[in-house]
Amino acid sequence: MNASLTSGFVTTAVGILLLTAVLQTWRRSAAGSVRLLVVQGLALAALVAALGASRGDVELLAVAGIIALVKAGVLPWALGRTATGRIVERDNAVRPAVGLLGATVLTMFAYAVSDPLRGGDQSAAARAIPAGVALVLIGFWILLTRHSAVGQLVGFVVLDNGIAMVAFLTSDGLPLTVELGATLDVLLVVVILRALTTRMRNTHGGTSVDDLTELRD
Amino acid sequence: MAAMLWLPVLVPTVLGALVAWRHSDAYARYVPLVAALAILGIGIALVAKGQVVTSSVLRADAAASYVLLCVGAVAVVALWGGLSNPPLGGRGDALICAFLAAMSLAVLSDNLGVMWVAVEATTIATAFLVGHAGTRGATEAAWKYVVLGSVGVAIAFLGIVLVYASSRTGGSPTLSWVALVSGTVPLSPHLARVGVALAVLGFATKAGLAPMHSWLPDAHSQAPAPVSGLMSGVLLSVAMYAILRIQAVAAAHIGVGLVHGLLLTFGLLSLAVAAFLTLTQKDYKRLLAYSSIEHMGVIALGVGSGTTLGLVAALLHMLGHGVVKAAMFVLAGRVLAITGSSRIAQVKGLLARRPDLGWPFVAGTAALLGFPPFVTFFTEVAVLIALAESGLWWAVGGAAALLLITFIGIARQVLSMTAGAPEPQPDAPDHPLVHDTPSLRATAPAAIAMTAGAVVSFLSLVFVPVLGAAAAALGVSR
Repeated sequence: MNASLTSGFVTTAVGILLLTAVLQTWRRSAAGSVRLLVVQGLALAALVAALGASRGDVELLAVAGIIALVKAGVLPWALGRTATGRIVERDNAVRPAVGLLGATVLTMFAYAVSDPLRGGDQSAAARAIPAGVALVLIGFWILLTRHSAVGQLVGFVVLDNGIAMVAFLTSDGLPLTVELGATLDVLLVVVILRALTTRMRNTHGGTSVDDLTELRD
Repeated sequence: MAAMLWLPVLVPTVLGALVAWRHSDAYARYVPLVAALAILGIGIALVAKGQVVTSSVLRADAAASYVLLCVGAVAVVALWGGLSNPPLGGRGDALICAFLAAMSLAVLSDNLGVMWVAVEATTIATAFLVGHAGTRGATEAAWKYVVLGSVGVAIAFLGIVLVYASSRTGGSPTLSWVALVSGTVPLSPHLARVGVALAVLGFATKAGLAPMHSWLPDAHSQAPAPVSGLMSGVLLSVAMYAILRIQAVAAAHIGVGLVHGLLLTFGLLSLAVAAFLTLTQKDYKRLLAYSSIEHMGVIALGVGSGTTLGLVAALLHMLGHGVVKAAMFVLAGRVLAITGSSRIAQVKGLLARRPDLGWPFVAGTAALLGFPPFVTFFTEVAVLIALAESGLWWAVGGAAALLLITFIGIARQVLSMTAGAPEPQPDAPDHPLVHDTPSLRATAPAAIAMTAGAVVSFLSLVFVPVLGAAAAALGVSR
């Protein structure tokens, strides 16, 4: 793949990743959030595939396939099963305008502080690193502002996508064993949290983390 | 010898799989204990051998061997003692085996990425153990534990990713700890600095250091007693061990000022949180959890002092605190079983009512408070001296004052539980009452742990060379 085509692919994928993260702060329905995660997972896989194709790296292409399978397939499927449960998810998050504003400020902040991570590299991949940092920060923002269990899970996944993005953009990803281990760990964490969400619904009658007030000092 | 390195990971994995496969077996309860004994045995063998053993991604230097010994010793105390606590069922026993395997892998891994995967796996293995009771409180604790634990460890992952990226300047990026500390791989300083800071911050969350500690009292108070013992006694130490590994990478490239500054801050904050929340604590399992935050604070201060004395004291403190805290959680679990309440106010006259629980509880409290002859006394004094040696007088003053407040808080609460005449059983216990009769067999693990906590102090001839070698392996030689 030639350089300008790669650059185009990378830039488009990064744009979609950032857009889907920002839209998450505006979305309130669990089902909508999960659909956005599917798009984000596919964009991440496309980004990795573009990097792999430009370097002729078969291992990266394989990793892209795994990412597409896990982040756009298994993970949203596991999440979606709670999202379509009988009880409508109540999410008394901050107002959408505040959510969007927060995401914008964090994105600008990420671009302002990410220079040391680029180390003077001017390639399309290096220029996209701040977007990965922005995803990490927006993931935190979602964790802080969304109060339903599924909302928090979405925040965790966005945070993790951001970390994966930084990993691929700064160093073409980690060694394959570590990459696989990390993907499996994140998947298991989401499955466990999903199971706990079901249990929370049984014990607390809902899945708002605001109801978790039993334990305090 | 090299193949033996895989045993602490494989033995618990295989045993856990067997228990999960046929969990109706009456012997399933003993299986995690067998795994723990295997880890302890290999830990002792590696420490005794005193040489670096390498096998593929696993590597045991003096530090790893010693921490593996700690994992084994604490696990034996928690699981042997835990036999007198209510059983966890086959799935619980299998998860404990997975937990032990993950901790062993984290300790023995040479690759920082594999170490991270293993630390995250400990969260996964313990999630359902924390929520085992299935009550509102247990579900809440498990949720907070998994969310905060995973986010914290995710930050550490970002840090490790950046350290890996920073090693690209040398042409061949690596996550091998040996390569990173050898100095043969150049690191780009900007990236390495950000990476190290994030990794320390992330693992400090898992180590329960304030201000990222909020999950710890909930998780440790809601988990079944042996699991609390394992988490407080050794999982926190494994996370601290990860910080020690990161510190060594920092020492080889960008200097340790940043890491030590962070650890001193977290250490003092942890002591402060423990000091003020033990004073007003109403739940004795949470009291023990806050005591763990205090002790992790002491360890962080020891490492943060930047001296060999401080690091050696911190490592010895891990063992001393670990075995005693594991025994204390098991005892607390039995007190909960006979009184039906984890509230301090509901437990009175334990010494008169159940001397077989009361006396070990008092002895363990003395160890946690740092009374001589327990090793915690010597290590806490050594940490204060190490801080003074480094000229950190503000830290010495702050730590001494906060330790004193914690002392008052814990001593007051435990005295109110143990002294005096026993009160009649409350009408409606919060927890089901479980039959628990005094027996030598049930008290033996706690007694042995307390004795070990005291005897270790006098085995300095054995331990100091090991710990000195561990400090050298971790790149501290001041």
